[in-house]
Amino acid sequence: MNGSSVLRKHNFKNVLSILENRLFSTTSEATFETKPFKLHHLENGPSTTVTLSSEDALKYYKQMQTIRRIETAAGNLYKEKIVRGFCHLYSGQEACAVGMKAVFRDTDSIITAYRAHGWTYLMGIEPFGVLSELTGRKSGNARGKGGSMHMYAKNFYGGNGIVGAQVPLGAGIAFAAKYYGNGGVCFSLYGDGAANQGQVFEAYNMAKLWDLPCVFVCENNGYGMGTSSERSSASVAYYTRGDYIPGIWVDGMDVLAVREASRFAIDYCTNGKGPLVLETATYRYSGHSMSDPGTSYRTRDEIQEVRQTRDPITSFKEKIIGANLVNIDTLKAIDKEVKAQIDEAVKKAKSDTEIGLSELPGDIYSNPLETIVRGVTPFKNLEHIRVGPAVNLK
Amino acid sequence: MNIVNKFSLFNVPKYISSRLKRYSSHFVYHPEQISNEIGKTTKKNMYQAINSALDLVLNKDPNSVVFGEDVGFGGVFRCTMGLRDRYGKDRVFNTPLCEQGIVGFGIGLAVAGTTAIAEIQFADYMYPAFDQLVNEAAKYRYRSGNLFDCGKLTVRTPCSAVGHGALYHSQSPESFYAHSPGLKIVMPRSAYKSKGLLLSCVRDPNPCIFFEPKIMYRIAVDEVPDDDYELPLGKADVLVKGRDITLIGWGTQVHVLLEVAEMAQKEYGISCEIIDLVTILPWDKQTVTNSVKKTGRAIVSHEAPLTGGFGAEITASIQEECFLHLESPIRRVTGYDTPFPHVFEPFYLPNKWKCLQAIKELVNY
Ligand SMILES: Cc1ncc(C[n+]2csc(CCOP(=O)(O)OP(=O)(O)O)c2C)c(N)n1
Ligand SMILES: [Mg+2]
Repeated sequence: MNGSSVLRKHNFKNVLSILENRLFSTTSEATFETKPFKLHHLENGPSTTVTLSSEDALKYYKQMQTIRRIETAAGNLYKEKIVRGFCHLYSGQEACAVGMKAVFRDTDSIITAYRAHGWTYLMGIEPFGVLSELTGRKSGNARGKGGSMHMYAKNFYGGNGIVGAQVPLGAGIAFAAKYYGNGGVCFSLYGDGAANQGQVFEAYNMAKLWDLPCVFVCENNGYGMGTSSERSSASVAYYTRGDYIPGIWVDGMDVLAVREASRFAIDYCTNGKGPLVLETATYRYSGHSMSDPGTSYRTRDEIQEVRQTRDPITSFKEKIIGANLVNIDTLKAIDKEVKAQIDEAVKKAKSDTEIGLSELPGDIYSNPLETIVRGVTPFKNLEHIRVGPAVNLK
Repeated sequence: MNIVNKFSLFNVPKYISSRLKRYSSHFVYHPEQISNEIGKTTKKNMYQAINSALDLVLNKDPNSVVFGEDVGFGGVFRCTMGLRDRYGKDRVFNTPLCEQGIVGFGIGLAVAGTTAIAEIQFADYMYPAFDQLVNEAAKYRYRSGNLFDCGKLTVRTPCSAVGHGALYHSQSPESFYAHSPGLKIVMPRSAYKSKGLLLSCVRDPNPCIFFEPKIMYRIAVDEVPDDDYELPLGKADVLVKGRDITLIGWGTQVHVLLEVAEMAQKEYGISCEIIDLVTILPWDKQTVTNSVKKTGRAIVSHEAPLTGGFGAEITASIQEECFLHLESPIRRVTGYDTPFPHVFEPFYLPNKWKCLQAIKELVNY
């Protein structure tokens, strides 16, 4: 088999060759063209020609499917009132996270806002840890103390409920990477709505002033709650809004394009050139959170159209099958495996217990002077305890 | 007074946290008893009462505007429903997501003579605007020698526990702002009060922060006057007269205290006087101290953490003014000095059992 087959339109010849290939074996590597990137203050951008191995194809497919399933499960748990409070789904945006994560090295890190379930899983937490955080149980990755929005893992600094607050933290994390000289890059994520918070611009300035290895990623899904980006933002060219910081627009529904742009960004930052802004053009299928049906400020047709023409999973699936990188049976087997895994995780997340009351006053300080936490209790004093092993401090 | 311990409620049942969970809300709403001289009324919940106040302002004051994140669509809690259709999108409009900008912009509008009513979607999101409120709004009049002020600014924001809000949708931050002379801070307990107090805030010539306990938006249903009416700022309400102890609260907590007073009367024959502080800044010291001089005992209860909560201020003032009248120490029944916890909300709240226990202890002191 020839190692590269470029997929264009499914013309008759292609279909024939696909059929032919399927009957025999799959190829181990294929090349694709991404949509063109838009560049701001950059002479050269990422390559629009990308190669993909069959191994990676399966990996990305599985990761995206897992995120989609986690989100579907989370939505159902919410409807069953087992997840309480808030729940923001990432369905539709899977390619953004999977594409970035694909090129992360051990030293790279990320911080995001509340649409964090997919990232938590990618950064190493099993789906069970994500779902049981949502259900507020003790196997949750923050022991149920964060609940929706507040999830963490190694090199994943959260999980944040206050819109925009995470962005300058990303700059600080990047500064630390530079200071320690570990070559790490920090991806600091925010939405098209959050892009209007003043802190974002403060962080841009610091990052450029000190040329920090920070990638500011604006996940533009078109809406901040019920407000479309056009109605919230004087400029919707988010990749240019860093002004003096170069930027790249990327099709955020194409995992390979995101991967390529992220690879470029990491190279750029590690070469000491300072920060970059990366805008991933994407879409969220669900409402903003579970209490928003998501249909009063956009049409059902709009959502349908994206699902049918731009879905990150379906389009990727077509692409890799079309290029004969994988065969459909393997994908079906993955679907089955993922479904079983998430079903199992849901079951456990429902039956897991909550942490005990002794943890209410846990981990407020690292080393409290006064160990009895003040408050009013008719029962007994609440003793401050140390529960969590800090993952950031060695 | 000697009180027999009838209940063994306070001997730590192990299953307490899961038991408390079963309550859907931690209080029983006590509807307002309003006199029928007040004119035509309509049954309204708190968000509808607030909507009605905003409607009146927009209708009567052509120089008034309402803005905030998604308020054009009615806002997260529906308080601004229908207003944009009635008054146009140049008077009722969505802002970008930028709290510091929203409040600063509101101050600018107000100082230039516009009645500016800003909504911050949750009180937990108002911290990015803390500087604007504390340094700019509160001090504008003072620092300009009264040449300028932003008294036409009102910031509305939902606050307090809602049952499942967790860390960033449950806080009661009133005491942070209470440390800023120049601001007025109000928290209504009911639908009826919310309309009258909001109208007062909007028309008061000082910048006001209007905290709306979000759990009450739907639960609090009263007969609310259709007409325009204002309720006084800086004036506490004595809701129940009593002899033995004064219970002071605001917002949702007033309803907890009303229930506790009934329990204390029924179970122990203790007569509680209940005060809704209504305005946190400036607070009605006179009403509080008059009451405590009579009862000789006091409890202040709020959802916010103990240390530095507004209860501390009230307690210190009572101590100063009523020292010789006191029969027992003054007690605070509050949240814990922890962040507002996700899984422990029922335990965290200063619920009726904790308040009742405190009453018992003070009366038996
Ligand atoms: C400081 C602050 N203001 C407001 C909110 C309420 N809020 C949560 S998400 C959101 C919209 C954010 O939109 P965007 O940044 O586009 O992210 P997306 O939800 O689309 O992922 C708003 C207004 C908040 N959590 N924090
Ligand atoms: Mg968005």
